[in-house]
Amino acid sequence: MVDFFEVLGIWLGAFFTFAIFSFLYKDNPVYKVAEQIFVGLSAGYWFIYTIFNVMIPNLLTPLSNNFSANYILILPAILGIMMLMRLVPKAEWLSRFPIAILIATTAGISFLRFLKSDVIGQLNATMINPFAGANWVVIVGQILLVVGTITGVVYFYFSKKHEGAFGVTAKIGIYFLMVSFGAAFGYTAMARISLLIGRLQFLLGDWLHLIK
Amino acid sequence: MAAKSIDRRWIYLFIFLGVAFPLIFVIGLPIEITENTQMAYDLIDNTPAGSHVLYSFDYDPASMPELHPMAKAMVRHSIEKKHKIIFTALWPMGVQMIDDIMEQLSTEYPDLVYGEDYVNLGFKVGGIVTIQAMGKNFRSVFPTDANGKKIDKLPIMNNIENYNNISYICSFSAGAPGIKEWVQIGNDVYKRPVTGGVTGVSAPSILPYVNEQKQLTGLLAGLKAAAEYEKLIGAPALATAGMDAQSLAHLIIIIFIVIGNINYWRNKKKKGDK
Repeated sequence: MVDFFEVLGIWLGAFFTFAIFSFLYKDNPVYKVAEQIFVGLSAGYWFIYTIFNVMIPNLLTPLSNNFSANYILILPAILGIMMLMRLVPKAEWLSRFPIAILIATTAGISFLRFLKSDVIGQLNATMINPFAGANWVVIVGQILLVVGTITGVVYFYFSKKHEGAFGVTAKIGIYFLMVSFGAAFGYTAMARISLLIGRLQFLLGDWLHLIK
Repeated sequence: MAAKSIDRRWIYLFIFLGVAFPLIFVIGLPIEITENTQMAYDLIDNTPAGSHVLYSFDYDPASMPELHPMAKAMVRHSIEKKHKIIFTALWPMGVQMIDDIMEQLSTEYPDLVYGEDYVNLGFKVGGIVTIQAMGKNFRSVFPTDANGKKIDKLPIMNNIENYNNISYICSFSAGAPGIKEWVQIGNDVYKRPVTGGVTGVSAPSILPYVNEQKQLTGLLAGLKAAAEYEKLIGAPALATAGMDAQSLAHLIIIIFIVIGNINYWRNKKKKGDK
């Protein structure tokens, strides 16, 4: 019986893969059915998953096991219920309080972390002697790093008109930005092809057994 | 008359065939090891046997084709080096990803004992707050493992309090929360070496952390890096098998970009002539 369900799962996977791929030819009812099933299943799955993996272990179990030690959890539970009040038009205003707490907490935590890691950490990493390298490839790379960082930052300085030497520096910054966009596009193309490879490995391997 | 544009369905068909054929008829194109992959490999390889290490699975099935092969390769390497592996997940479905990989690897390494050689602490909601809390005490965040067993009863967790007892952190990340948060807390606050792998899409935003400050000690970016890692550990698997297809698909994309640009310039020239 286990084998039957395994085979059924593989065939369903193959069917829905082709159903989604069929959109590449043109929009069609089979694609729409597959899309709706995916959306419905995902919503249902996440709803149940959240109850059993977030609500029960983090709230209900601690409260039922040892209420006196965990009664503080009632506070976030109330905030959670207040958040759901968005669904009730007359009580919608109640949801503003948990949202405000959430934003303030996130901003406070993120501010320090990003300042340390993304500003100071990245600045320190750029403050290097670009000519101190084991070989010319490293040295050229380090020079590009320093020049690219400075010119890139100059491009985003908008309090002075981009003209003269300042404009040339900003222009060089644009070229560095364009190279970074190209690299990002390359990585994106690679990622999408990887997903296609994954699907084809499933179709040719698990489904058709053409590859090991 | 303007040159005719190519129906985009031809591009899809060519890419589909370009990916499918090399998967069936393997070409065996060479795989070069890049510095970032080597750094990640060296970190794991130079960590002494018996060290406790932390693996965080911060992805779900949508990113499996890219991240699963590298996760399997790196975990395999840690097992080979006899590291004590503590698994956790910042994404709910990361737990299933851990289970799937350990199910595959435990058949190859039947001597592995759950609770002694590895443990799955499971998923905890909270992202960066969870990581920060783990810095004080793992037990406050994970009093039990993913199966509900008290972690105090698991031998692997003896004398493990926080990141001070961890040799390195490895995160496989498909977005937020993920490797960025591990860098921000695990490395920048608790000074633990952090390594891992990311999807190709998120690579450009994470790569700057591989720098002189060693915020990240190497990084595996996409399926190509996974194939490099499989080569380094001498265990070619799914990523290696996909590399011919990846290369051929990229070649097809480049050819179509060139054709598109030639077409564009021809159209522009014809409009200029009129």
